[in-house]
Amino acid sequence: MITFSKQQLKIPKLQRPVYLVTAGQSKFDRAFPGKRTEELCVDAFTMAAGLLDISPAELKRSIHSCYYGHFADHFGDQLLGESVIHDRLGLDPLGNVGVKTGGATGGSTLWEAMKAVASGYSDCVLAMGWERMDEVPTDEGNFLISCAADKDWESPLGHIYTGYYAVMAQRYWQIFGKAEDSFRKTLAEISVKHHGYARFNPFAQSPMKITVDDVLKSPVVAFPLRALDCCLMSVGAACAILCDEDTAIKLTGNSKNKPLRIWVGAGSHTLRPADRRHMDIPLLPHEKADLYADLEEKFPGGGRYPGFTGFLAARMAAYYGYGMAGITDPMEDLDVIELHDAFTISDVQTYEDIGLRPYGYGRDYVESGDCYHTNPHTGKPGKLPSNLSGGLIGCMHAVGATGIMQTFEIATHIWNRWAEIHGDEKLWKEFDRKKPADWTNLQVEGAKRGLAISHAGVGSHVTATILNDPDHLLKKDA
Amino acid sequence: MYGQVYVKNNHYRLKGAFHHLTPNTPIRNADDEWKLMGVTNPRDMTYIHSYGGEAVFFESLSKGKLMATRCDNSDCETKGTIHIPFRIHCPDCLGKNTAIDLTDLAKKTAKIHTFMVCERSGAFNVLDKPIKFINIEFDGVATILMSYLAIGDPVFGMRVVPIFKTSGPTFTILDLSWVPAGTAPELLPEGFSF
Repeated sequence: MITFSKQQLKIPKLQRPVYLVTAGQSKFDRAFPGKRTEELCVDAFTMAAGLLDISPAELKRSIHSCYYGHFADHFGDQLLGESVIHDRLGLDPLGNVGVKTGGATGGSTLWEAMKAVASGYSDCVLAMGWERMDEVPTDEGNFLISCAADKDWESPLGHIYTGYYAVMAQRYWQIFGKAEDSFRKTLAEISVKHHGYARFNPFAQSPMKITVDDVLKSPVVAFPLRALDCCLMSVGAACAILCDEDTAIKLTGNSKNKPLRIWVGAGSHTLRPADRRHMDIPLLPHEKADLYADLEEKFPGGGRYPGFTGFLAARMAAYYGYGMAGITDPMEDLDVIELHDAFTISDVQTYEDIGLRPYGYGRDYVESGDCYHTNPHTGKPGKLPSNLSGGLIGCMHAVGATGIMQTFEIATHIWNRWAEIHGDEKLWKEFDRKKPADWTNLQVEGAKRGLAISHAGVGSHVTATILNDPDHLLKKDA
Repeated sequence: MYGQVYVKNNHYRLKGAFHHLTPNTPIRNADDEWKLMGVTNPRDMTYIHSYGGEAVFFESLSKGKLMATRCDNSDCETKGTIHIPFRIHCPDCLGKNTAIDLTDLAKKTAKIHTFMVCERSGAFNVLDKPIKFINIEFDGVATILMSYLAIGDPVFGMRVVPIFKTSGPTFTILDLSWVPAGTAPELLPEGFSF
């Protein structure tokens, strides 16, 4: 049983406000035979400078320390890859550090960057993430990914990460999905949605116009998960610049970018799901003490928490993040979110962990239409659109870059620049991708606050990154 | 000869080949006059890995025993908690856990908590496909062990019993597998016994 001390539940307090002023990313793809990783990082950095209407050299002059997210040295076959990128960006002799927390690496990189500014160590920092997953064939790639599980107790069991999620999918489907076919279809709808939104994103690797049937007929990887339930294996880079208030005002002086307040909360749980002992469900601000008193009665077998159906790390990351930003009800306070849809099932699990729906009712977030840009049932804006980038299923999962890509996406909505960037004909041409004739503007109108969830392993690390228009803060001392 | 290792005087002693040389080859662009794009970097290595305090668990599998650990620290608020996977130290008090034999309890109470059937695998997988992953719960045990079902089709709540690769063991977690309770001994996979 995990219990918490008062100190452990303290809401983090930053020493001073931290702002995200710009971000950028490369094209994402399964392979880049013609580009080195450093070229992709330069692409991302150049874009970030461009959005501020300054040159990369000018932006570099503001940076004081650097935080690099690069998960898998063995994928890129380069130890100290952070140093390679730092050198090639010409940022030596500034201090830099590598961050590695599996799939949450991008979010954790932002976490470290935020703390550097909040503490006063630096006034302006670079958070850059990337991954190079094309240096081995796919089955060896799956082997390398499985090395993120326990190498003695789990990895030898098939060397396939999807399997570790499939047991969760099976349990969730039987308990909370009540073994209904309709639940499996709801999972498929998530894939349809994310591949569909990827069609309007020039950076995205896997734009597809597909149906629920296509997903349900795609090859089984680890039943009940099929190929189209799974995230992509990608190459690419993304970056963000975080600053204190004075630097933020200076850097955005000539730009359409508005400095956005940023908070990042982080949580963790055992690497092996096998080790997860039963505990009481930690509550989020909008959840009442008796909310889960009858969970076992409503969903027999669902009373064990987090078991194989929840992610404690995501709940804790949300708890800290919401506390810092003053969020009391995510469905009411947030306008747009990007979740870590490594698999369709983990997307649903996360809805509950971060409080979009109570445990057991995650499917309703999809079935109600709340998760869409435009609610398919009403034709009106979705209440809280998610993964308009296409997410990890439709856009990319270049691991070290993923959490930063998600944050970039959220920022473009709050800046009201989503259409300008994603609709840019020049960008589609440069990426050698065809802009669809039915390209649709997915800008969330009037977005003021957003959230990005970055998630590792089978829930070993999770971060919750919150961006907020500083003129619409939820609490004065945030 | 494959790389082999033993320990003498608390040092590793190595015999045989631990890596094999394969030449680099150029990667060329078939769409652009076969210009050079990169190079392959072959590498074949053998790692030397210590099981440390878990060695007894893997050794015991080859002897038909399933070992777990229990915290017996009277000052620990979770004293008596049983862990499998084997945990050398209690996650709460960090005291050294006691190794206990869980074989009989597993034979009497193990059942499937969840499962999946895996049609694909990563490189270096040695299990036959489809792999039937099962997660197993035991009465009185705080954790849920991941393993694989060797025979039959998994269902929720199915009673299963452990089998062990006692003949030709690999000394890995693959030496432990499970079959439905009541399975006849002659049906067990080669090398396995109850």
